Amino acid sequence: MLRRLDAVTGQSSRPIVRFEFNGRPVECRAGDSVAAALLASGHDAFRETAISGRPRGPWCMMGVCYECLVTIDGQANRQACMTPVRDGMRVEQQHGAREVGP
Amino acid sequence: MNHTRSAAPAASASPVYDAVVVGGGLVGSALAWGLRRRLDKVAVLDEGDVAYRASRGNFGLIWVQSKGMGMPRYGVWTMASRGRWPELAAQLLEESGVDVQLEQNGGLHVLLTDEEVEARIAFMTNLLAQPGMSQYDWKLLDRRETAELVPGIGPEVRGASWTPVDGIANPLKLLRAFHTTFQRNGVDYRPECPARTITRQSDGVFVIDTPRGLLQAQRLVLACGLSNKALGEQVGLHVPVRPQRGQIIVLERTRRVLHTPMVTLRQMDEGSWLIGDSQEEAGYADNEVALPILGTLADRAVRTLPALRDVGVVRTWSALRVMSKDGFPIYEQSATCPGAFVATCHSGVTLAAAHALILAPMIADGALAADMAPFSPRRFHVEAA
Repeated sequence: MLRRLDAVTGQSSRPIVRFEFNGRPVECRAGDSVAAALLASGHDAFRETAISGRPRGPWCMMGVCYECLVTIDGQANRQACMTPVRDGMRVEQQHGAREVGP
Repeated sequence: MNHTRSAAPAASASPVYDAVVVGGGLVGSALAWGLRRRLDKVAVLDEGDVAYRASRGNFGLIWVQSKGMGMPRYGVWTMASRGRWPELAAQLLEESGVDVQLEQNGGLHVLLTDEEVEARIAFMTNLLAQPGMSQYDWKLLDRRETAELVPGIGPEVRGASWTPVDGIANPLKLLRAFHTTFQRNGVDYRPECPARTITRQSDGVFVIDTPRGLLQAQRLVLACGLSNKALGEQVGLHVPVRPQRGQIIVLERTRRVLHTPMVTLRQMDEGSWLIGDSQEEAGYADNEVALPILGTLADRAVRTLPALRDVGVVRTWSALRVMSKDGFPIYEQSATCPGAFVATCHSGVTLAAAHALILAPMIADGALAADMAPFSPRRFHVEAA
């Protein structure tokens, strides 16, 4: 499991942010990306692949691999690593490919 | 003598292939696959990652409607390929384990204005009225009928022309399937090994110079896209082809909702969306895309299917179609160097079955059938005269 480095300058002084992942509360620090916050709180499966259905989590953490896609406030296929956390955000794991259509 | 680096082997020391295919894209691969069913020793000479490789940039349609205006034989050839496609797909699955995701459930050409509807009716009527043209059902669907096939069409959609004979496959899986069969079937696939110069000996054997030495072949098949022009000149074949750039937009994967492909919009078997297809005369620049073109493509796609407005773009690319002067394929055996053939077209997916199952046996037998004459580049000489 990944661990937050409290030794990093400024880390512990950042305000606490709370959001939901799959309906459960997650606590993190302002400035975290959704991906970093989830990894730091012990979640590594963010979605299931659209092809095989196997679990996937962040790989690159810099916006190119698209492995960290989650649903945020109802919007599917958001890149968790490129999205900063906000208080009250509702994040959900994705199962298979996103829906499209009216 | 330097033992660490062997010199190019003498021509006499290398095996004489029954056929060497120059080009490992979809045209060359389909022909090599078909030739191997008739001949023992077949080699494919390919470039590496730097190849222009239209086969990795295309849209993957197996398309019939619209094709053949001005050359009905091309319409017939396209229909023949469409008809042999199920056999090709089944054979490739058996030999390679790769399912190329063939779907032939009909296709749509969507019309957004009344002018487009009128023009489409006239075009399809004239196309199918040509003497010797292939015959197939087509229908002009009104808005309601189009919506039955494509739920969620936009308010501007007036209708679409539809045929039951159009279809799709996955072009990347098709190329992989062919290449996988090379290993199993004993086709000698040589990457990073482009043909540089080709000569024909007095005994009729072709000697092909490559960066990795000389190769010999009884039959030579040029299927190397834009390079056919320069290589063709070395064996008496006139191959006037030029690059025509096309750009494609790829949207993220979604659940499959589009089961009837359109000529400029399709959903892949694994859920991603392709939006095409532009035509530009831009030389050999296949390493750039441009917002005016991409914007036009995207605009038409969201007017057709507004829900796509919320689906993210994951990449765009451009690739070079191999266009002849009149847009039709070129198939020919050299008159001055018999045994040398050229095959080139811009529909390597649609025509894959015809190339593999009809054209390759002709080349193996040493002669193109008489009804292939319309595809000869002699047609360009007539024009020039």
